[in-house]
Amino acid sequence: MVDYAFLIPLLPLLAYVVGIALGPQLRNWAHYVSIGAILAAFAMALGIFAETFSARAPVHDSVLWATYGSVPVRMGVYLDHLTAMMLVVVTTISLMVQIYSTEYMHGDRRYSRYFAYLSLFSAAMLGLVLADNLLLMLVCWELVGLSSYLLIGFWFEKPSAMRAAKKAFVVTHFADLGFAFGLYLLFAHTQSFDFATILSAHSVEAMPKALAGLVGLLLFCGACGKSAQFPLHVWLPDAMEGPTPVSALIHAATMVAAGVFMVGRMYPIFEHGHIAIVPFSLIGIDTTLGIVACVGAVTTLVAATIGIVMTDIKKVLAYSTVSQLGFMMLGLGVGGYTAGLFHLMTHAFFKALLFLGSGSVIHGTHTQEMWEMGGLRKKMPVTFATFMVGYLALSGFPLLAGWWSKDEILLDAWNDWRVFFWIAAFSAFLTAFYMTRLMALTFFGSPRNPEVHAHESGPAILGPLVFLAVPSVLVGFWGYNHGFAHYLHLPGEALPEFNPTVALIGSAAGLGGLGAGWLVFGRGVPSTALLARLFSPLYTLFRNKWYIDELWWNGVVVPLFLVADLCAWLDRWVVDLTVNAVAWLTQRISGLCRLFDTHVVDGAVNLSGWLTGGTGELLRRLQTGRIQNYLMVIVLGVLALLAFVR
Amino acid sequence: MGLLRLEFFLGVAALLFCTGLYGVLTRRNAVAVLMGVELMLNAANLNLVAFNRFVPSTTAAAGATPLAGQAFSIFVITVAVAEAAVGLAIIISLYRNFQHINVDDVNFLRW
Repeated sequence: MVDYAFLIPLLPLLAYVVGIALGPQLRNWAHYVSIGAILAAFAMALGIFAETFSARAPVHDSVLWATYGSVPVRMGVYLDHLTAMMLVVVTTISLMVQIYSTEYMHGDRRYSRYFAYLSLFSAAMLGLVLADNLLLMLVCWELVGLSSYLLIGFWFEKPSAMRAAKKAFVVTHFADLGFAFGLYLLFAHTQSFDFATILSAHSVEAMPKALAGLVGLLLFCGACGKSAQFPLHVWLPDAMEGPTPVSALIHAATMVAAGVFMVGRMYPIFEHGHIAIVPFSLIGIDTTLGIVACVGAVTTLVAATIGIVMTDIKKVLAYSTVSQLGFMMLGLGVGGYTAGLFHLMTHAFFKALLFLGSGSVIHGTHTQEMWEMGGLRKKMPVTFATFMVGYLALSGFPLLAGWWSKDEILLDAWNDWRVFFWIAAFSAFLTAFYMTRLMALTFFGSPRNPEVHAHESGPAILGPLVFLAVPSVLVGFWGYNHGFAHYLHLPGEALPEFNPTVALIGSAAGLGGLGAGWLVFGRGVPSTALLARLFSPLYTLFRNKWYIDELWWNGVVVPLFLVADLCAWLDRWVVDLTVNAVAWLTQRISGLCRLFDTHVVDGAVNLSGWLTGGTGELLRRLQTGRIQNYLMVIVLGVLALLAFVR
Repeated sequence: MGLLRLEFFLGVAALLFCTGLYGVLTRRNAVAVLMGVELMLNAANLNLVAFNRFVPSTTAAAGATPLAGQAFSIFVITVAVAEAAVGLAIIISLYRNFQHINVDDVNFLRW
């Protein structure tokens, strides 16, 4: 089974090609192709996961791809425990999303194309996970970006969807510049793209710490774009314009996971790097991991505060994702390699569940505004129950998936730098708080808008919800007694001892958030209006998303427009003017040439013709046509000759 | 001998030639022009025969016949006959086309 791992990304890719080529013929049968492919990939991923579960050594298999100068670049699969785990997560969620989409997207005019794109998305992410070298990873990375662009802008008739797709594409590709430069730098130093080569202990040790720091920083820049880290997170909330199952895919498995996965994959280099760069050096952070943790901490806090005040159900979940991604980065940054990746996995399951659940709600109510919902608990019981599971898992309710992974991150943060710990704990509190708000507004209370007639969704939507609820509950237990850490196992990683204080604070933060949220939004004590007045400056700040979009707009986009305007002005008044002047001169010169041609050249030709004609006119008078005249001339000529000869 | 000297024959031939030439150059009637040509040919014949008679053959050693002058004149007569035949044919053709044989008016071969 392991030998055929390369088929896992190729099957969905094939489904994509078939789906695009035969789309019009397949029409409403298109999902069978995609689901068949992803189902096969899912089965293979499970097989590989089981097969490699107890094996230690990674499987590495490659073929020659290209040769740069004298350096051969190979392409193949690198299959370690991290990859095996990601394969299962990605295929599971892709499968669920595709099944779910058959009902959610039913009757869409581009139904077959939608499934083709989903297949491409899965194929790209699976390729990224399996890639055995950085270059192949970058290729898949860009394919992930492309398919996210296609899917976010799937309903491109809506201007907002079009703008959101463009924004996602531009922001992530702006960040990908960092990835590309990091890749060049790393290649220049190691002459190789292969993970097996560049990540070997020998190679990493031989790398100067500053270089490793710079490479790590550049790669992290790419990860920031993909994984929506502050301040590049701005594209992710806008990406909600896509169909909701796509949001689930983006948020759980295929897009934002890529950045965290990449940091996890390149972890030895991040660990090795030292770099002092403003503003991080100002607070005494001079390691790459420190920077990662810092960015993660800011992200998790900022996103969580915005999540509190959003009124669009998908936006709340989007900021929740940003916040949780920050949490993962924070975990990775404080040295919790397994903790960060554990959270990536658990989060994937319950976030996919939450998004699909919100999709079900939107499907049932035809609105995304939480203030128009309320009281859905009775009308959508299955959605409510599964959503409840996801909500509790995300909020860190004890023994559910999120609780385990958050606890590990908090533990690592506790042992690293206490500030990170308190930020993380506070963010966990806020997460529970705004998720309770979401629950209270959506499912509890009474319907606020009589226009909304909610109904429960069909089996194709509820099936995946129920299916995903299972791992959302159970997968956390893998973390019991470092089970997951032993499975993933980074050489040299010290596993922290269980700390009752941390566990207590972590659980208290989650439960406290739940309680506070319930008080405010369930009971109305204190009322939301009072809170908004009390924290009025903060409320305004959060409502406006910390003005980050405005910051980007006024700080980067507008100056870029100014530069563009300047360029346009230069183009118009310098380049065009020169071109026009040259054209004008050419015209004048060619006018002179024409005069010379008509009067001198043509004149000479006409003159010669006129001369010849005139001479002929004269000479032809000699030709009388009378033989006797000619004879007369001959006789006279002979006589003249005689006179001359004598 | 008296009159019968070479100069006498040459003089007569020259007179005959000039008469013929004058006729050729001045007559408008095509037949008369043809007659002029005949006169000029016969002037040449007279010369040939006279030279054969009065000038001793210096080319006998080279194998020339003593009657070369007469032979040439026979040739000329033959050519003259042929020429007259062709000429008369042209004149008849001319007449059929123009109903006259006035050479002055047959000038359509010019430009």
